Amino acid sequence: MISTPKRTAVHPLERRIILKHADDPTYDASIACYERHGGYAELRKAIGELTPEAICQEVMDSQVRGRGGAGFPAGMKWKFLDRKSGKPIYLICNADESEPGTFKDRQIIHKDPHQLIEGMMISAFAVQARQAFIYIREEMPHGAQILESAIEEARARGFVGENILGSGYSCDLVVHRGAAAYICGEETGLIESLEGKRAYPRIKPPYFPAALGLYMCPTVVNNVETLCNVKHIVAMGGKAYAEIGRPGNTGTRIWCLSGMVRNPGYYELENGRHTYGDLIHKMGGGLLEGRYLQAVIPGGSSAKVWRAGERFTGKLKNGEAFDWGIEDVPLDFDGPMAAGSMSGSGAVIVIDNTVDIVEVLANINAFYAHESCGQCTPCREGSLWMKKITTRMANGGARKEDADLLASIGDQIAGRTICAHGEACAWPTQSFVAKFRDKFEAKAEADPEALRTRAFRMV
Amino acid sequence: MSQENKDQQIRIYVDGEAVSVAAGANVIDAVASVGKEIPHYCYHPKLSVPGNCRMCLIEMGTPGRDRATGEPILNEDGSPQIMWVPKPVIACATKVSPDMHVRTESEVIQSCREGVMEFLLVNHPLDCPICDQAGECRLQEFATDYGRGYSRFVEGKNVKPKRTRLGPRVMLDDERCILCSRCIRFCEEIAEDPVLGFIDRGSYSTLTTFPGKELANNYSLNTVDICPVGALTSTDFRFRMRVWFLKETPSIDAESSVGCNTLVGSREGVIYRITPRRNDAVNDTWMPDSGRVLYKAVDADNRLVSPSIEGRPVSAEAALAEAARVLLGGKVAIVGSGRSSVEEQFLLRKIRDVLGADVPTWLVGRPAEGDGKLLSADRNPNVRGALLTGLVGHYPEPVLESLAGAIASGEVDTILTVGEELTEAGLEASLLGKVRMIFMGTHHGPSSQNAVVEVPLPTVFEKAGTFVNQQFRVQRFAAAVPGPDGILPGLKALADLLAQLSGEAVESHIEAIWEEMAGAVPEFEGLRFGAIPETGQLVDGGRFAGLPFVEGPGLHFEPMNAIKEAR
Repeated sequence: MISTPKRTAVHPLERRIILKHADDPTYDASIACYERHGGYAELRKAIGELTPEAICQEVMDSQVRGRGGAGFPAGMKWKFLDRKSGKPIYLICNADESEPGTFKDRQIIHKDPHQLIEGMMISAFAVQARQAFIYIREEMPHGAQILESAIEEARARGFVGENILGSGYSCDLVVHRGAAAYICGEETGLIESLEGKRAYPRIKPPYFPAALGLYMCPTVVNNVETLCNVKHIVAMGGKAYAEIGRPGNTGTRIWCLSGMVRNPGYYELENGRHTYGDLIHKMGGGLLEGRYLQAVIPGGSSAKVWRAGERFTGKLKNGEAFDWGIEDVPLDFDGPMAAGSMSGSGAVIVIDNTVDIVEVLANINAFYAHESCGQCTPCREGSLWMKKITTRMANGGARKEDADLLASIGDQIAGRTICAHGEACAWPTQSFVAKFRDKFEAKAEADPEALRTRAFRMV
Repeated sequence: MSQENKDQQIRIYVDGEAVSVAAGANVIDAVASVGKEIPHYCYHPKLSVPGNCRMCLIEMGTPGRDRATGEPILNEDGSPQIMWVPKPVIACATKVSPDMHVRTESEVIQSCREGVMEFLLVNHPLDCPICDQAGECRLQEFATDYGRGYSRFVEGKNVKPKRTRLGPRVMLDDERCILCSRCIRFCEEIAEDPVLGFIDRGSYSTLTTFPGKELANNYSLNTVDICPVGALTSTDFRFRMRVWFLKETPSIDAESSVGCNTLVGSREGVIYRITPRRNDAVNDTWMPDSGRVLYKAVDADNRLVSPSIEGRPVSAEAALAEAARVLLGGKVAIVGSGRSSVEEQFLLRKIRDVLGADVPTWLVGRPAEGDGKLLSADRNPNVRGALLTGLVGHYPEPVLESLAGAIASGEVDTILTVGEELTEAGLEASLLGKVRMIFMGTHHGPSSQNAVVEVPLPTVFEKAGTFVNQQFRVQRFAAAVPGPDGILPGLKALADLLAQLSGEAVESHIEAIWEEMAGAVPEFEGLRFGAIPETGQLVDGGRFAGLPFVEGPGLHFEPMNAIKEAR
């Protein structure tokens, strides 16, 4: 069983909303503990005092953006729901947290499951869903057990199921364990998987979940962290929530810092108030002794990489000119985007000078090739081809022309696939080759014999 | 999409050129209707749209409209400004809309196709020299048309099973498979026998049957037809003939009254395979497996190849003269066949008219269970032809009890049978020994053993003609192969017998017979053999509305509506 130990200290720069209680040593996952800390007050408020429309408006006003990776405004997502069809509406929580480097949803599920349940039931009421699902990653069996017992507790207390809190509104909530594949986190792949099929993502158009989702009914799929935010939006009001962070990047985000730093871990920070430099050096404690920064992947392994020393210049949406190094990029949605990458799922991976950059890409490529569902041609064939090339390069078979070939294969994938896995597998290759071309070309010069005969080989 | 909308035409722009296409069509079909091809693998007009091959990527744009006012946004020259979708879209899942713009030849699209072709080929075994699909392979065709022409792949290719038996008639080569899922969708959506699926992921995905299942339904070979590459092959046709040597002759599946449209592939007088031919009003693009092996009757061991009298081989003229003599001197009964062509049935009716309008005539019925798809409950392809030509007036029965009675009582002492083996129609061989038998048919059988005269006839593959299917649709077929030596071609045997009986010259050419039929059969008025469209010609079946036709509902067929629609 994967344990999720409590963090002993919360960094003073953190602003904890979602993880407010999670690391409190006296706090546990029981409903009694949750209610002692004011839990389910917002569900009572939502169902007792607010209309579904009012909650949707609050979420819209909050400008909260999806925490799963794409950063799409959750209020808009709800608004797109086809409510005229007369078909039932489904709410699905995407807990298939699989992006390498991401471990934030697990904290919530393991340490504060009722927060997710409350957020979901408020959201379900807001979109008037009668059935909600938590699709949890197969590799989180303990999380699934925690959620299942938490749901039973909540059901016994009248927060889930028939006639919630005596209001006449009913919505059931079930946990569905995933099929152990990264692609099950793609929302239409998830829907297919939930329907009992292979998680082949659907073509859009026509299968937008808001109209033709689960069982061809209107469906909302939101990330764990996003749904938890709904609780706090109801608590403080959408406009007040929007005061946190900065416009268009509201609220807090849980950042998952990993790689070659002293203090890897999760840090909940107010959006836009800190920089990648703060995260790496202040919270993360900087790099290991005697090492220096080589690269940062700012938002999960599929995000485009930054090379140490890079400068990003341009103009922000508000017209303000910027000139950033990696360390200056604001930690929010728009900052990394302005710097040519993305905040993705909030996973920041730090790579120092001791790491072979070609091996990093070979490793990432191995992951995306293994996780390509195999449905559409460019991703299916391209991801494995890129993996084969980078593996060969890492093992001493590099050729001068491989850099160009890799870049060209990436270009043949991105933007031409059914789902975003095409971009996910192409962006690392495209960006690594663009930014570290010298390292890729140097591989061709390296002594092949030394690479071939060393103990560690990429497979 | 309602029928009405489908008939409507709208204007779209293909590579800048304004064209008129059917509203509601997808871009692949719409662009094809104006003579331009958008290459594709996974899309099939009769199956659902998965959008997985990515070969049909196009650029798409629509005239821009101001969000606030809804007014069109115009360029400086007053032309509408086209808002191009930033990424290429798949043509198969894109419906046409008025004034839509489509680019099928731009640089972006060329690079998309080059990319997809390269990806499809990196793990493809490139074993075209030993592949049955070579010559009709979309992978070969599009690699030539849209591919880069050289390989950049130096890694090891994936290895997958080369010979997986999916079922009794279908063999799978997984290395050739491009995972388009056509076969899977066919089994689910058309055959309604979902036994195929993918296992494993990514480039290692492998087509297979579900545990304990096999691809054995009577439509399994359609998966071979729609496989765009050489992954699925027919165990019957595999390794037997290069497809570019095959001559393809339009024909009709003679196994039931559905009348599936087919193509017969032959080379130098030998048939190698039968595949379906598209007819959206009859069989779409499908046919049953059972209809694909009918060609084996052509050179069956018991094939009747030479005319004979009392078992002695003679010339056709001598045999027909003897037949005429016997018929004119006996108490004759005629047994015709629902497997004969309309023209043969018409000639047989004329023979009957010469012998006497009161000569009793039977047709052998072949009721069986229909499958609700393309195999109907009437396993005769042409009962309706016999009705229309007036050969018989009643619905045929499978057992000719009244004929047996007439033989036993001595009312009948001579039988002319054309295309039917009478022991299969419930007549005992011992009973048949009591009559003088004129046997005209394609194969030897118990009833030809004691025949006074035997005259060989061509099979459906060796003659041109027509069948009238369950919809009262007259459908043409052509001669695919000449047939064995010794067999009089086409309608000559029946025409010559008629000439012998009547003492008048009879034209055996099919167009001449149609000219006469058009006058004699009211439903055929104005019709000519050569003028029957490739998709067939519906004729009025109203005269026969009261008959107990046995067909149940099937693809494009509702028994209640058939006669109404034909009108």
